[in-house]
Amino acid sequence: MTPTMTATDHDRYLVDFETHETELAIEPERLRQLRRQAIDRFTVLGFPTIKMEEWRFTNVAPIARTEFNLSPESAGIVLGDLAPYRYADSIQLTVVNGHLVREFSDLRCLPEGVMVCSLAECLANHPDKIDQYLGKYAKFEEHAFVALNTALFRDGVFVYVPKGVVVERPINLVNIARPTGDQPIAMFPRNLFVACESSQVTLVEQFATVGEGPYLTSPVTEVVVEDNAVVDHYKLQRESTDAFHMATFQIHLGRYGNFSSHSISWGGGLVRNDVNAVLDGEGSEATLNGLYMVEGSQLVDNHMRVDHAQPHCDSHELYKGILEGKSRAVFNGRIYVHPGAQKTDAKQTNRNLLVSPDAICNSNPQLEIFADDVKCTHGSTVGQLDDLGVFYLRSRGIGEEAARSLLTYAFAADIVERIKVKPVRQDLEEFLFRRLPKGDIVRQAV
Amino acid sequence: MSFLEIKNLHVEAEGQKILKGVNLTVNPGEVHAIMGPNGSGKTTLAQVLAGREEYEITEGEILYKGEDLIERAPEERAREGLFLAFQYPVEIPGVSNVYFLKAALNAIRKHRGEDEMDAMDFLTYVREKMKVVKMDESLLNRPVNEGFSGGEKKRNEIFHMAVLDPTMAVLDETDSGLDIDALKIVSDGVNSLRDENRAFMVITHYQRLLNYIVPDFVHVLIDGRVVRSGDKQLALELEDKGYAWLEEHSETSEPVAV
Repeated sequence: MTPTMTATDHDRYLVDFETHETELAIEPERLRQLRRQAIDRFTVLGFPTIKMEEWRFTNVAPIARTEFNLSPESAGIVLGDLAPYRYADSIQLTVVNGHLVREFSDLRCLPEGVMVCSLAECLANHPDKIDQYLGKYAKFEEHAFVALNTALFRDGVFVYVPKGVVVERPINLVNIARPTGDQPIAMFPRNLFVACESSQVTLVEQFATVGEGPYLTSPVTEVVVEDNAVVDHYKLQRESTDAFHMATFQIHLGRYGNFSSHSISWGGGLVRNDVNAVLDGEGSEATLNGLYMVEGSQLVDNHMRVDHAQPHCDSHELYKGILEGKSRAVFNGRIYVHPGAQKTDAKQTNRNLLVSPDAICNSNPQLEIFADDVKCTHGSTVGQLDDLGVFYLRSRGIGEEAARSLLTYAFAADIVERIKVKPVRQDLEEFLFRRLPKGDIVRQAV
Repeated sequence: MSFLEIKNLHVEAEGQKILKGVNLTVNPGEVHAIMGPNGSGKTTLAQVLAGREEYEITEGEILYKGEDLIERAPEERAREGLFLAFQYPVEIPGVSNVYFLKAALNAIRKHRGEDEMDAMDFLTYVREKMKVVKMDESLLNRPVNEGFSGGEKKRNEIFHMAVLDPTMAVLDETDSGLDIDALKIVSDGVNSLRDENRAFMVITHYQRLLNYIVPDFVHVLIDGRVVRSGDKQLALELEDKGYAWLEEHSETSEPVAV
């Protein structure tokens, strides 16, 4: 692989790593070695280029050439800034510029044995709990941003739900970026969510911006769903269009583990979501749904990989996109059925609605099947609103713009309806009502 | 004044001539049945009246209550009291049948200079209209037409019609595919709305419907022209003889004025 940056570009990340490496001497030895391997790997890999298959449509050159401040402070947030993102009846966590902020986080009143805490603090105080999971799932060998995150993360959130415990209230993790205007900043929040055997938890991750200016968020979240555990995850990517967002979401499922995620993207200028699920126990099930709605010059790239490593596992993927203006969307869905993973049932669907003639979508399903008794289906569509549907609504007295908006809403509806956490669903609905022309009529009609 | 005057209407779609000089006048209180074989232009006529833009009007005119209709947008026609019950109603997931109707009714009321109806008044109003088509309450809260059976979709069209209270209603094969019970419900719905201030154009393939909705006039459309007009006896004659005896003359016969 050809490194694409100049030596100085690499140096900035390496220098930052070495500066704070000494501060992290308290970390477990394995993790320190891992961080060193990761930064070394990054200096070899460099940032990806559009010559690489996995990055063909997503050009991260603007990130490569930006001189980010890699150690931004977590200051400058007041409670009022968080109001739009706080959910009643949830366990509220706030991460600002990659650091958990205690005063805006609700770390008490948790069910017996449940841990919800700062990853950095936990690494300092009782590292053994984390050390058996952290960095074991999200692989950085071929992924520059995972490598950078592994090397450079300072903090994030650790959630641990012990065996048999059900966490009733959703955990609402709000990642706030507080850019500083002219000087671009970069943050690498790292999260680890562990649901032990037969436990259950619902997690919401929001990404939002307070203030203006360019920045990079490159989070890595590892989710471990142990045997028979149930984890529901929601991601709301609602950052400013000045944001670069390069996320990796890594899920590992044990026997009869059940995981669902709904990934909603409407923010960010250049957004990449790598979602990797490994179904590594018999009878496990993963549901990966998503909705993206972009406009202007936004680009959103959802890169999915589902590994069926054991027999009798199900995966369902439904991603829908609405593209306006000159926006672009990429969907890459790989399903990999390992030898021996018999009775796999994998279904993948990606549907795109091009509202504007200037929007572009690249949708690419990839099936790799090495077992012979499996059911794998995929479908991908790119299209416009149905003229007959528009005419039908207009023939009932609804104006043309409102008719188009209603049908656009209808396109998104099956994702909206699948969202079980009410405030998340309401946030998405509100966004759609605001974004769609004549949204008031849509609001009336749904 | 006539509700509808169609004069020498020529319509093309994708370069193909579909309507080739249709003449038809509909007065208040009348029910007109349009019959004809497949591909004769019945649905095109219905869709052109409702304002479908995919069709090109190359000649002729359409007056609605004395005013030119052709340049008007579909929603303006609806707000002026024109209604089309679709042959194939469209499914709209995520949009509730009842809330959608409320938005549509309020758009029409606003156009008429009336106040928007609030939720309580609307619900009372809608419940009354539901009785007209014996609609099940569950269909109110479901998304528009989504997962409805064929019969439920057709009933829902008549329900929309009852709620929106049009002056000129065009029903495009609303009877096709209905069992006898559903056919009676749909016909009763239409009959209950019949009065001297309203008119209907009922497009059908089958004479059977006209036993339940008794028309004042029957027109036969063949190859884009009205080749014969008469009263309900004409429908019975068609039932006996089919269309062939009319088709032979369709190239030469002049449209019959009503």
